[in-house]
Amino acid sequence: MSAKPTLYATAGAPELELAAAGAWTASHANELEALIDDVAADLGHGTASIDMHKVEAFDTYGAWLLERLVRERKALGGDTTIVALPEHYRDLVTAMHGAILEHPPKVAHENPLIRAVETTGKTVIDVGNDLLAIANMLGAIGAATGRVLMRPRTFRFTSAVHHLDRVGLQAVPIILLITFLIGGIIAQQGFFHFRKFGAETYVVDMLGILILREIGVLIVSIMVAGRSGSSYTAELGSMKMREEIDALRTMGLDPIEVLVLPRVFALILALTMLTFLGSMSALYGGGLVAWFYGGMSPDIFIARLKEAISITHFKVGMIKAPFMALAIGVVACAQGFSVKGSAESLGLQTTASVVKSIFLVIVLDGLFAVFFASIDM
Amino acid sequence: MTEKIAIRVRDLVVGFGDRTVLDRVSVEVKHGEIFGFVGGSGSGKSVLLRTIIGLIPARAGSIEVLGTDLTHADEEERRSTERRWGILFQQGALFSSLTVLQNVQFPMRQYLKLSKRLLQEMAEAKLDMVGLGPQDWNKLPSELSGGMIKRVALARALALDPELVFLDEPTSGLDPISAGDFDELIRTLQRTLEITVFMITHDLESLYTVCDRIGVLADGKVVASGPIGAMLASEHPWVQAYFKGKRADVLARRLAQPQA
Repeated sequence: MSAKPTLYATAGAPELELAAAGAWTASHANELEALIDDVAADLGHGTASIDMHKVEAFDTYGAWLLERLVRERKALGGDTTIVALPEHYRDLVTAMHGAILEHPPKVAHENPLIRAVETTGKTVIDVGNDLLAIANMLGAIGAATGRVLMRPRTFRFTSAVHHLDRVGLQAVPIILLITFLIGGIIAQQGFFHFRKFGAETYVVDMLGILILREIGVLIVSIMVAGRSGSSYTAELGSMKMREEIDALRTMGLDPIEVLVLPRVFALILALTMLTFLGSMSALYGGGLVAWFYGGMSPDIFIARLKEAISITHFKVGMIKAPFMALAIGVVACAQGFSVKGSAESLGLQTTASVVKSIFLVIVLDGLFAVFFASIDM
Repeated sequence: MTEKIAIRVRDLVVGFGDRTVLDRVSVEVKHGEIFGFVGGSGSGKSVLLRTIIGLIPARAGSIEVLGTDLTHADEEERRSTERRWGILFQQGALFSSLTVLQNVQFPMRQYLKLSKRLLQEMAEAKLDMVGLGPQDWNKLPSELSGGMIKRVALARALALDPELVFLDEPTSGLDPISAGDFDELIRTLQRTLEITVFMITHDLESLYTVCDRIGVLADGKVVASGPIGAMLASEHPWVQAYFKGKRADVLARRLAQPQA
């Protein structure tokens, strides 16, 4: 470890003489800065000379602090000369002497009220832009679908199958597990609370209707938004970052047709199938709980279920699934395409994609509830 | 004065799976020189660099950098050595969510205790040294051109006043004028800051103009090392092809003319 840096006065009048010693380096920069500030405060406006020959180590940090001292004294009208600087440090001092530093103008403090208003305004505009981006993506997908329907051979079948495997087949185990547990939990809660009114038999009605109409499709959609929507956004976003999408465009290929369409198509198929599997698994879970916790034998459970539900309930759930998938796919792809150059932006857009698609799924579910109620389904 | 050795690599063996990329490679880089390292694409130059800086484990051999034996160093010794070198990655590897200035300040914040003012000034001084003006200091890496990214990456590599700098293809992807400027910059900084430079390059002009010594990697071995004269005299076919090819010939004649 090298010696501490020092700077002390060796002679006073008529010309101030200072001697520097020790290590003027990065690791001592903090003490050195304080030391130089102290000395500078004590110095008058006269001429001063700094003897550097005892300095043991010297780097850009030391050189800059020396240069800063010289500049500050010059600004106050004092002349400073550097003497006996070892030959091999001369270049460094010269380099620092030429350094042009410009302090960026200080940002004036804004009125917090104005800033709050500004933030609100910006958020509103952002929401508007988001809606536009989503509408734009939906339109682009529509147009691309039209083009592909005209020339079916241009559809990227291999890519669609690949994505179908990823978002569909590979999601089956986790979807089955989660919906199985949810079905079980609903049944358990039903038995626990309905028992107080002696209405245990109606647990099956609740379970069947709730799962087929709402829970099955909702849970699966939310899972898929978190699992596949986020990966779509991240994939497309990093392709955007690495100019892959620009490359596609310059080759005369439409990124929507090549990248988005197979993904959204796969998502629509996968989500519909997963909703079916998920609903079945939830009913199975509910049935098992009814048997072991509620003491209802499987035969009775199935008989009750047959009475309680109709094909309508099943249809309501299944009709919703492709729309949910479309919403998730459109949001995920729109967010992916709006990724900017940085890693941070990729993270932000992926988060936004999941949050917005889950929000949209729930809003859509509400709209469907109103719609089905008004057509008596 | 005995010559100090900055990097000493002995009998280094590196491989992936059943493929051996580096087979008993030995390299010595002297203190205060610019050492250029060449080799065909895929010959393992970057692998050697990444092994020296500890990103890839070695199978056998020893690596000694700045007097520390990195093959047997503990975590702390390794850290303190890492603090004494700077690395310029091939693609710059700037942190994409930080501005230019913050990128240069990042290692300073990690390793040094500096006042806010000095932190700002030192980062500005480093950027000024590599030739970047105030108009670019608050930009994000995605807003910079290739040449500017290399300059910022160099400023970041130099942030802690390292004794040793590793450059991975510093001039690749730059136009000849920018590449020439960048070579000049490396030479000037090396002289002013008295650093050792280990440089991987494909740029013949860099090899001729800035490198003190050159090492050639072919077939997993160092087949030649020495100043440019030794390269031209080498018998190895790859070295012959590289330094006596058409492009090299034109360059050699052009560079030889002013002295003749």
